[in-house]
Amino acid sequence: MLKNKRDWRLSRKKMSRTIIVNLLRFIIVVFIQVFLLKNINLYNLSTPYFYILFILLLPFEVPNILLFVLAFLLGIAIDAFYDTPGLHAAACVLLAFVRILFISITVQKEGFDNEPEPTLSIMGFRWFFTYTAILTVIHHFFLFNLEFFNLSAIEFTLSRVLLSSSFTVLLILISGLIFFKRKERK
Amino acid sequence: MRNLLIFITKYNAFFLFIIFEVSALIVYIKYNSFQKASFINSSNAVTGGLYAKVSELNSYLRLSDVNDSLAKENMRLRNQLKSSFYADTVTKHQVSDTVYKRQYEYIVARVINNSTNRFNNYITINRGSLQGVAKGMGVICNLGIVGKVVFVSPHFSVVQSLLHKDSQFSAMLANNKEIGSIEWGDELNPHKGVLKDVSNNALPKIGEAVVTSGYSLFPEGIPIGKISSLHTKAGGYALNMEVTLAVDFTKLQYVDVVDNKFAKEQEGLEAQQKKDE
Repeated sequence: MLKNKRDWRLSRKKMSRTIIVNLLRFIIVVFIQVFLLKNINLYNLSTPYFYILFILLLPFEVPNILLFVLAFLLGIAIDAFYDTPGLHAAACVLLAFVRILFISITVQKEGFDNEPEPTLSIMGFRWFFTYTAILTVIHHFFLFNLEFFNLSAIEFTLSRVLLSSSFTVLLILISGLIFFKRKERK
Repeated sequence: MRNLLIFITKYNAFFLFIIFEVSALIVYIKYNSFQKASFINSSNAVTGGLYAKVSELNSYLRLSDVNDSLAKENMRLRNQLKSSFYADTVTKHQVSDTVYKRQYEYIVARVINNSTNRFNNYITINRGSLQGVAKGMGVICNLGIVGKVVFVSPHFSVVQSLLHKDSQFSAMLANNKEIGSIEWGDELNPHKGVLKDVSNNALPKIGEAVVTSGYSLFPEGIPIGKISSLHTKAGGYALNMEVTLAVDFTKLQYVDVVDNKFAKEQEGLEAQQKKDE
């Protein structure tokens, strides 16, 4: 009985910590995207959208509805600064859906207890790279095609998608390495 | 019914996805027309305020550039002063001028948010309806034209820059006054525009200046750029040519909003004419 109570308290403490960490991550990611990366643009082809890191790093156990709400809010927050209401929100919602599919295929449900978040240090390089690359390419593909709704410029859009995705993936991997925790690695 | 519920809960991710995706797309498509007022843009209190703070910091880094351009403009204006011309007649006539009435008024504003790397670029400035900015006004800077105001809040305004798919302004060749219209080029290059629909009689030369015609929001003769190439992509009845823009949109810092005092009168008259037809 006592042990149960302590467990419950522990899990509550853990949960509030997760909420605070994710809230801070939301704010930091939006600030980095809007005030730093918005000004970065290589040869009009490569523009990083680093903010999707927030959705990628949400815990495994987050309920679907909350995941979609957060993705929508993040998209709207970015849209407010980019003057493109709905554009990033639509791309983020798609990203959230693909995330659910990808995780349900590749991660076993029993593993959730010791693997709370899909970070680079917990999941290992190979899984994290595939996860980031696939989700980023889908997000960017949808985003650029929705922004410039024109099939005649498809090669241009595709090259933008590929170059921007590689830039974003690079940034996300670097951020994963910066916050790499050796202890958590099995 | 129960089976339906089980079905929905089993695939809840998909149904939630549909709901959120559709609502996001509705927001996107509705706002695209830019007619409806919306709070999700960079002229609302939160985003506008944050952008203003960051641009204050940024402006320190660009002080030397701004000083430079102001000094140049000072020089230009000083060259136009009466006192800088040698008077070769001894008598001067003083004419009190009642013929001219002030047509254009300028409202200076600072750029607090700017983009040049997307298909549709907007600029946010720190002047709004309280300072007299209204939708549809033209925006220039000391080097040339910038764009037009599309959305106004009390303290901020959003300007649709020349670097926008839908931007099109009336322009003319400075030497022989041939009329055309200036648009952004196809390559998303912030330094290149296209001058379209110039009549075939015009003999444009590389390096010739392109200025505003006075038919649209801007006074006549505001610089736009110089012709850099005479390629005719579309061909046909009219000439198209590539223009190197005079304004460096990546370094915009101070702009002037042009308030055309007669715009309403002109619009009313032209609307009347359309109605009569």
